[in-house]
Amino acid sequence: MAMSTETENMGTTFAAMGARRLLVFGGIALIATGMLFGDIFAVFVLHQNGGQTGQALLAAAQAVAARDSVAVKTAFVSVGALLEDRGTKVNAHVHMIGAGYLALMLALIQPYVALSVSAKKLLARLFLAGGLLLPVGIFLIHYVGLAYSPFLVIGWASILADSAGALLIIVLVGEGWGLWNYVRNRGAGPVEPDLPKERTWERRVLLSGGTALMLMGFIYGAWYAGANLYEHENREMVILKDLLDQQGSAGDVTVSINAYGMLQAEKAVQIAAHSHIIEFGLLAVLLSFLQPFVFLSERWKRIWVRVLLAGSVILPAFVLLELRLGLLAGGIADAGGLMVVAALVGMLFGVVRHTGSVDAEAGKAR
Amino acid sequence: MSKARKLLIFGGALLAAFSMLYGLHYAVFVEHQTLDRMGGSLSSAFSHAADRRWDDSQRALITYRETKYDYVRQVDAHSHWIGLAMLMIVLGVVFDDVAFGERARWAIALAMLVGSIVFPLGVVLQTARMASLGSALAIAGSALVIVALGATAVGFMRGDAT
Repeated sequence: MAMSTETENMGTTFAAMGARRLLVFGGIALIATGMLFGDIFAVFVLHQNGGQTGQALLAAAQAVAARDSVAVKTAFVSVGALLEDRGTKVNAHVHMIGAGYLALMLALIQPYVALSVSAKKLLARLFLAGGLLLPVGIFLIHYVGLAYSPFLVIGWASILADSAGALLIIVLVGEGWGLWNYVRNRGAGPVEPDLPKERTWERRVLLSGGTALMLMGFIYGAWYAGANLYEHENREMVILKDLLDQQGSAGDVTVSINAYGMLQAEKAVQIAAHSHIIEFGLLAVLLSFLQPFVFLSERWKRIWVRVLLAGSVILPAFVLLELRLGLLAGGIADAGGLMVVAALVGMLFGVVRHTGSVDAEAGKAR
Repeated sequence: MSKARKLLIFGGALLAAFSMLYGLHYAVFVEHQTLDRMGGSLSSAFSHAADRRWDDSQRALITYRETKYDYVRQVDAHSHWIGLAMLMIVLGVVFDDVAFGERARWAIALAMLVGSIVFPLGVVLQTARMASLGSALAIAGSALVIVALGATAVGFMRGDAT
């Protein structure tokens, strides 16, 4: 009897093609795809782009020594294009994962969104469409540029990204309206029960592990701000002054360019370690809510929890070690990222199995 | 819903809405101009150096430094406000799992909210010629957030909530 009530409750919570199911599937898929994209970007684009930017800056410094201000401008146009290439890819990665996190958060609050079932489904579909199109638009900005654009400074890819962003805002306003209805006890009322609150091993480990990861990230960030932020800013100015003061000595220019490249690398790995460990912590906490829907044996559920948390520590730790250990550390960091993706896909597989079981039960009941 | 959960969820939602509006205002009215000034001043520093106009080059480099100082902190403040707001909402959903008494949970939630507001605010003040006050607020705010998060982690690790 208790079992059948629980199954019924889970079925209502996770109705076929319901808003919560769409948001959970879509959210995990967006996060996994965004992380995979980040891994590919780190391996095939990041370092090459950094090298090319260094070369462009070297060309600018050589143009200064040769008193050629036109060549300086050409070099800086090239630096700008390289920074745009890198920046749009980083942004696509960050926005896809961010949209995934938001989708999971929206899945959590569905019981408190007092709108009709069809309105909630529509909002979920629009959110996922916006969450997919926003990073795609950002990614294309560098390649599409201003081609066939009716505007002077905004290209079609930017228009796509901005429209997708507006769509996300509209959905969030709609969800906010549903929450307001819930608070005021008006409207359609909640149609989905709250998420089951089992205090299982997986949930406790993901909650405490995720919070500990975020704590480590915060402490590291505080240390970075106190010890390195100002030192990095001062060092950048010293290097740039050195570059501008060169009077044609090619060796000195190369030394300064290398120092500049090393400084950018130091900043990049420290900020990446800080942000990734916090994001993984937040992901672990979000995934703790979904554990009742992961239809796998206890052994496999625990394996995926361990893989997720291990990858969440390995990636930022080895990103930090990249400057000391070079490519080896970079490879291990990428493997850490893949561990997180694998755990996500494993849990998603469990959620798919759960939905199959819920739908089969519903079919039998009919 | 307990007082601590309400504080985290509604405080987080309000902070998220405020930080999104702050970010939108910054993106529309300030960011593009700032980025243009930053890129333009660095390029000018090199161009002037190529023309051997050392004083102009120096001035352009100082403009670059000041613009970048402001830009980094404005973006940091915006992203930290939103990140902390999201964290508050997520923790709010599950805050009953923190195995402390209701008063302790409320104190932790309050520390999290105050720290999440004050820490990025201090970072913004660093760009408004109030560097000392800004730094003090940023340090105090981040310390509050760290203490609150540490207590939350301990609460999750302990047994059943009381």
